[in-house]
Amino acid sequence: MDFSQNILSILIWLPIAGGLLLLAIGDDNDVQSSRSMTMRIVALGMSALTFIVSIALYKWFDNGTSAMQFVERVSWIPALDVYYYLGIDGISAPLILLTTFITPLVVIAGWDSIKVRPAQYFAAFLILEGLMIGVFAALDGLLFYVFWEAMLVPMFLIIGVWGGARRIYATLKFFLYTFLGSVLMLVAFIYLYGLTGSFDLFEFMNVPLGMTAQRLIFIAFLLAFAVKVPMWPVHTWLPDAHVEAPTGGSVILAAIMLKMGGYGFVRLSLPIVPDGSAYFAGLIIALSLIAIVYIGFVALMQKDMKKLIAYSSIAHMGFVTLGFFLLWSISSGTGAGLGATGGMVQMVSHGLISGAMFLCVGVLYDRMHSRQIADYGGVANTMPKFAAFMVLFSMANAGLPGTSGFVGEFMVIIASFKANFWYAFLAATTLVLGAAYTLWMVKRVIYGEVANDKVADLEDLNQREFFVLAVLAFAVLLIGLWPAPLVDMMNVTIEHLMQQIGQSKL
Amino acid sequence: MYNYYLAIVLAPLAAAIVAGLFGSTIGRAGAHWITIVAVGVSCALSLLVLNNMFWGGYESENISVYTWAVTDGLRMEVGFLVDRLTALMMAVVTFVSLMVHVYTIGYMHDDPGYQRFFSYISLFTFSMLMLVMSNNFLQLFFGWEAVGLMSYLLIGFWFKRESAIFANLKAFLVNRVGDFGFILGIAGVVMFTGSLDYAEVFASADSVAAQNIEVFSGSPWNAMTLVCILLFIGAMGKSAQAPLHVWLPDSMAGPTPISALIHAATMVTAGIFMVARMSPLFELSETALAVVIVIGAITAFFTGLLGIVQNDIKRVIAYSTLSQLGYMTVALGASAYGAAIFHLMTHAFFKALLFLAAGSVIIALHHEQDIRKMGGLRKYMPITYWTALIGSLALIGFPGSSGFFSKDLLIEAVRESHWHGQGAVYWIAYLSVLLGVFVTALYSFRMFFLVFHGEERMDAETRSHVHETSAVVTVPLILLAIPSAAIGWFTVQDVLFDNYFGDSIVVNSAHDVLGHMGEAFHGSMALFLHSVQTPVFWLAAAGAFTAWFLYLKRPDIPATIKDRVSGLYNLLDRKYYMDDLYIKGFAAGGRSIGNMLWHVGDEVVIDGLIVNGTANTIGKLAGVMRQIQTGYLYTYAFAMIIGLTMLLSWLIWFR
Repeated sequence: MDFSQNILSILIWLPIAGGLLLLAIGDDNDVQSSRSMTMRIVALGMSALTFIVSIALYKWFDNGTSAMQFVERVSWIPALDVYYYLGIDGISAPLILLTTFITPLVVIAGWDSIKVRPAQYFAAFLILEGLMIGVFAALDGLLFYVFWEAMLVPMFLIIGVWGGARRIYATLKFFLYTFLGSVLMLVAFIYLYGLTGSFDLFEFMNVPLGMTAQRLIFIAFLLAFAVKVPMWPVHTWLPDAHVEAPTGGSVILAAIMLKMGGYGFVRLSLPIVPDGSAYFAGLIIALSLIAIVYIGFVALMQKDMKKLIAYSSIAHMGFVTLGFFLLWSISSGTGAGLGATGGMVQMVSHGLISGAMFLCVGVLYDRMHSRQIADYGGVANTMPKFAAFMVLFSMANAGLPGTSGFVGEFMVIIASFKANFWYAFLAATTLVLGAAYTLWMVKRVIYGEVANDKVADLEDLNQREFFVLAVLAFAVLLIGLWPAPLVDMMNVTIEHLMQQIGQSKL
Repeated sequence: MYNYYLAIVLAPLAAAIVAGLFGSTIGRAGAHWITIVAVGVSCALSLLVLNNMFWGGYESENISVYTWAVTDGLRMEVGFLVDRLTALMMAVVTFVSLMVHVYTIGYMHDDPGYQRFFSYISLFTFSMLMLVMSNNFLQLFFGWEAVGLMSYLLIGFWFKRESAIFANLKAFLVNRVGDFGFILGIAGVVMFTGSLDYAEVFASADSVAAQNIEVFSGSPWNAMTLVCILLFIGAMGKSAQAPLHVWLPDSMAGPTPISALIHAATMVTAGIFMVARMSPLFELSETALAVVIVIGAITAFFTGLLGIVQNDIKRVIAYSTLSQLGYMTVALGASAYGAAIFHLMTHAFFKALLFLAAGSVIIALHHEQDIRKMGGLRKYMPITYWTALIGSLALIGFPGSSGFFSKDLLIEAVRESHWHGQGAVYWIAYLSVLLGVFVTALYSFRMFFLVFHGEERMDAETRSHVHETSAVVTVPLILLAIPSAAIGWFTVQDVLFDNYFGDSIVVNSAHDVLGHMGEAFHGSMALFLHSVQTPVFWLAAAGAFTAWFLYLKRPDIPATIKDRVSGLYNLLDRKYYMDDLYIKGFAAGGRSIGNMLWHVGDEVVIDGLIVNGTANTIGKLAGVMRQIQTGYLYTYAFAMIIGLTMLLSWLIWFR
């Protein structure tokens, strides 16, 4: 069956339709009721179906071209020359696969741990999935913006409805931070629309722009994307949002929504304003390095596991922005493409690892209703299987070779040495800091004597939890041991991107 | 041979996976059988490979297994380079590992984590094989970190013990400090050569040495010096060279078999092996070699001194490992790579033997490790006694033993390394290794006498139970004692002087001390007969005699010395205050920085002033603005009139 002409639309609208279906089914307060069960099976089925469709996408994807693939282009608002314009290349395809891979796992992870309005909870995730795929696939500026902003709504609800005690503060902070940034992106789009008469991203990329305009547009984009990544110093919404979000919300937030920022840099900032990017590259590199070092120290001192992982996310995302902006510091030969590829791999890898780490914390939270490191100790005694997974993902978080966490960091560190010894020096501190904050947490939570009666009563992973973590562990090891399939998907696109942004638009 | 190489590597991996994931299904016996058979296969094939290289005239092979990733012109592969250096390492690693596997059956007999332990040590063997068999820097780093991971898991094997989980975290972090340098070194290699493949990197080594890099603006450094020093920082972590040696003594918190594995064949030898493997690079930077030799000398001498004051049987041996690693490093710095690897090999046998013998004593005394509570064990444990004696004699370099050939020639090579000049570097290195001989003999025989001779200081209850350990323990002891005693005789000529290593080790002809010594070498017997004329022999004899005098003849003297020079004693007892520096200085300092950045940077400045500050300001502004929104029509009308007037005036005057 060949549905390659519409595969992107299917990937976007299938989960959204699934979400609406869930809302129509609704639920009652009895978790065991058949209606509740039907609802869950539909949620899992729809997300699994989306994943299966995305496997077809992977099979049909052509690694050999940097051109957009699976393009769909239909006039949407003729008066403004706005198109429903979709297409993917080697940058967006891996992120779409990441999205379709993570969402079913989130559904399984929340299977019976969500007691309040589960139908709406699952619906929010499915709709969010469709919108996120929409962001990665949109090639029309306005369409991109619509998906980009729409995405905030389900996440806002997920944190606001199913979140913890300080969820109102966290949601507002999350919403204002991100909204403020993205409004400026809209302004930049409107300016570019004024120049080109179209919202087509390729028109944006081809239109000549003066230096002032490029700088201003870069700043507008920067604010939108830096908040999402998040880059230092606009990162403080993330720990709050994570702490208050339910487990599934944290997973999606860390695994995919943060990638929107990195994606925005490569899809929009670099090709649309290459000279502006060159002008600000030093700033971005500095902020990235600050994120790696500064946040590494901050993560060390966290008492709340979720906050610790949130901070570690910020440090890891520093590698993404660092890798993307090394181009102009590297004079010749290997390096620039390596940095950008490293940044992309790091995004995918961080999606898997941070997702898995948040799921691990979720497993503990479901049992003990605490995220405080101090409340744990000696979990390995009562939950040996869980401990094995937790140690594995922690090692991946610390960038151990053989896990996906190593691949991107390795590439970026090598590329940054080529740019400047001190970039590499500061970036490589993650080897020590990342291991220190992650493994110190492991020591206090997993190892040691059983700390208290609650830990003594812990039950090990059930089959459902085991399955989710095992699938993630498999993916983390697969990319770590054999990143070639992932890297091959990106190579040609990134090569093309490097040429594109190497040319001035002045 | 490709299939052999794959089997050598994959057999322990497969066994580890089965024992780890299906341990409860296959049971305890299943776990030890599958891992022992797998490592046995590895060992047999490794010996075959070594045999082919040594006598069969086989050439080295450089094979790619699979492409890890290719991007931006950089090929990242997984592959094997099996040459004579690698073949020797493979044989040593798998043989010692096999002995440790067998021994573990006895040592871990009652442990609930039996299958897990076998899984870990097999995986450890796999990691080390990946490291030594690599043909590129990527896989080298993989193996490098994998042995780090396995040592983390094994040191913390008894994860309920605070000392174990402290030690494993410490070991991992200190190693990571070394890896920090190492990965920068690898990045430097890629920067200057554009490749990760050994062969390509070595081929362009000369061009690297011809380049400079300005790390600090205005002071260009030689690129090769920078790269080599960075790589060596990695070796300092893994091979526990000062000041990154602090993790190794604490790693004794792990079960004894793992101490033998970490300290003899795997992990700590990785750094020594790596520098030897990188000889084509290090040979091009005399500055880097000078750094290597000085670090090694400091480690060899000063960590040896610490061994004298230790009372934990395993810690004494641990400090001796540090000191011997220092010796190997000194040899590397003297460009006597062959001597370093030769000593690595003999050391692997006799150190594994000493650890396993110590473990045998520990089992017999029901997990007592304090040598002050031992004594007189000779008559209860004859096999352990005799094998430990062989190990100790080899360690101090008793003429004829394996350690004699490796250490004597190592010291000779350092003495001959005049190309370092007759300056401080040369004398630091030579005096350290020479005086270290006395120190080694002193602490080795102090321990030996306190454990096996003299009065029986254990309590009566323990004494009544003491007996020789079972065959799974003693057979590995005997099998290790044989090479410890004899392997030097038969291999010294081939390994050191008959160009065994061939082109796997590259030595600049001006640095070729071993080649120089080879001209004066007339076989093992001549060296043996010559031994009494060397200072090394007399220093060792003096050390052993001092130990006998102080700890058997006049045991009151050590206590007196301890009181008289309590300052020196404390300095040694507190390990030169290095641990205090790291824990109170770096670790606590790091935590304070973290706290400051978190509470001040994030909470006060960013959130307090900027984020919530903005929100508050907007709130206040809104409060002011709200005053204007009175709801009275005349206010709005008035405002509109003012606004209109201003707008009109602006249009009239300024347009």
